[in-house]
Amino acid sequence: MSVTNRQAPPPGTAPGASALSGDRPGAPGEHQEAVRLIEVSKVYGSGSRAVQALDKVSLTAADGEFVCLIGASGCGKSTLLSLVAGLDSATSGQVSTIGRCVSMMFQEPALFPWLTAARNVELALQAKGVPRADRQARTRELLETVRLTGFGDKRPHELSGGMRQRVAMARALAQDADVLLMDEPFGALDAMTRDLLHDELERICAERTLTVLFVTHNVREAARLGDRVILLSSRPGRVIDEYSLPRTGQRRIDSPEVSEVAARLTDRLREEMGRHGH
Amino acid sequence: MATDQALRGLDSLELEPVTSRPEPGRIARKAWAAAWPKLLAIVLVLAIWELVTLTGWKRLVFKGPGPVFSDLWHQAVHGNLWSVIGATLESAVVGYALALVIGTVIGVLVARIPPLRAAVGSIITGLQTMPSIAWVPFAIIIFGENSSAILFVVILGAAPSIANGLITGVDYTPPLLLRAGRTMGLHGFALYRHLILPASLPAYVAGMKQGWAFAWRSLMAGELVVQIIGQFSIGQQLSVDQQSLDFAGATATIIVILVIGIVVDTLFSKVDLTIRRRRGLLDPALA
Repeated sequence: MSVTNRQAPPPGTAPGASALSGDRPGAPGEHQEAVRLIEVSKVYGSGSRAVQALDKVSLTAADGEFVCLIGASGCGKSTLLSLVAGLDSATSGQVSTIGRCVSMMFQEPALFPWLTAARNVELALQAKGVPRADRQARTRELLETVRLTGFGDKRPHELSGGMRQRVAMARALAQDADVLLMDEPFGALDAMTRDLLHDELERICAERTLTVLFVTHNVREAARLGDRVILLSSRPGRVIDEYSLPRTGQRRIDSPEVSEVAARLTDRLREEMGRHGH
Repeated sequence: MATDQALRGLDSLELEPVTSRPEPGRIARKAWAAAWPKLLAIVLVLAIWELVTLTGWKRLVFKGPGPVFSDLWHQAVHGNLWSVIGATLESAVVGYALALVIGTVIGVLVARIPPLRAAVGSIITGLQTMPSIAWVPFAIIIFGENSSAILFVVILGAAPSIANGLITGVDYTPPLLLRAGRTMGLHGFALYRHLILPASLPAYVAGMKQGWAFAWRSLMAGELVVQIIGQFSIGQQLSVDQQSLDFAGATATIIVILVIGIVVDTLFSKVDLTIRRRRGLLDPALA
């Protein structure tokens, strides 16, 4: 696996697309941008208590691209996703999803505990305006996609953490989104489950040409999943580095290539963290 | 396919501990374990009561459990106990139903509209602490001595608790679920219908339970004071017992009031338990 490392692109020049080297051949609209952030800043509070979460962050993700955002605590990763999801608005700069439909997954499954797994998925279809007659069949398909056939009538608390997170994934997919925002979705899972869910996520993304913005603080996870890895600095969050990881076949979390990339990411992150150590 | 297989295996491993159906003997043992402390408490109370009678304290008026329960039996078989209970329960149901509607509407409005909350939020809590008997003269002045006055007192007793329960539930809706709901495209009424109201249900039911306790107290206070001609209720029965210095009758009536209060409260507790079990909020050992 070859790695191309570039410094953060100059703002406003629509980078990202050019760095891609045909990792998903045949995907429609390969070089179309799906997400674009131009010089986005976000400040919480005002006056002397103001906290700058993001400072002039520019980045793009192309259709079908898997972009990992990685950084230490306080790098504004979650803020960035909230802005893209439209849950919050930027203090300055432009956030655009260029007409794409966006859905989001969190570190917690955030399932509604009073509904069964199937009803949780179905509610997303309902909110999307899918007619009642089609919902059941669609729900069954979605549960099948995340390999939870037969668990539809369980309530969230009756499922394991990994299964809940898969229901959350089915619910996110139910929104028929083009862009999937994932905020440390596997952070609370054990390593074995996480490893299996990486495979599943990769398969689902390939089946659906999903654009993914994946926030994590796990360098191996980023090296395992990303077509591109974007490193953010902390307080305020800025793009400090960017790595392209062209896809040459299936990666494994324990392969030497992934370890090598992970080591490079770790070094770069430690260097960045060291700046805050005094 | 290897992933698929592994994932299925992991799922079944994580869900393995299948709870077996409890055999009949176990159910009986559980029922006995729950029942004997209550039975013992009742036996103890009756024994102490009987002992007090035997000491001869207030011999002229005080009666033991025997005469009281025979009076209750007589009322049930030959007297008008059931029609009296029926009349009171009718007021209770009508009053509580109105309180439920009014409390819910006020709760939703106050939770939704911040200026309204600033204006009346603390008044609602204030009303909750108001002793319901204090409303009775006010109600009689406005409505006269009739069932409207009693309903008014019952509604003022119950509605604030119901409204407060709902407001608390709305306030405590987990922010993460709200974020999830918004990204799913739930807005306005749909957000309330599918997320905020179901999330509020446990606190709302707690408010309803407390509202019932207040409604029942207010109803007794109202019935004791407001004398309606031609309608005979539990409170009026108690007032008649008092006037005729009928200790056995008064005690029998108090027992009826207590039992009805406990039965309805138990129903609310059952609903509360069901909700918590469904949402996984119960200790598995208790579920």
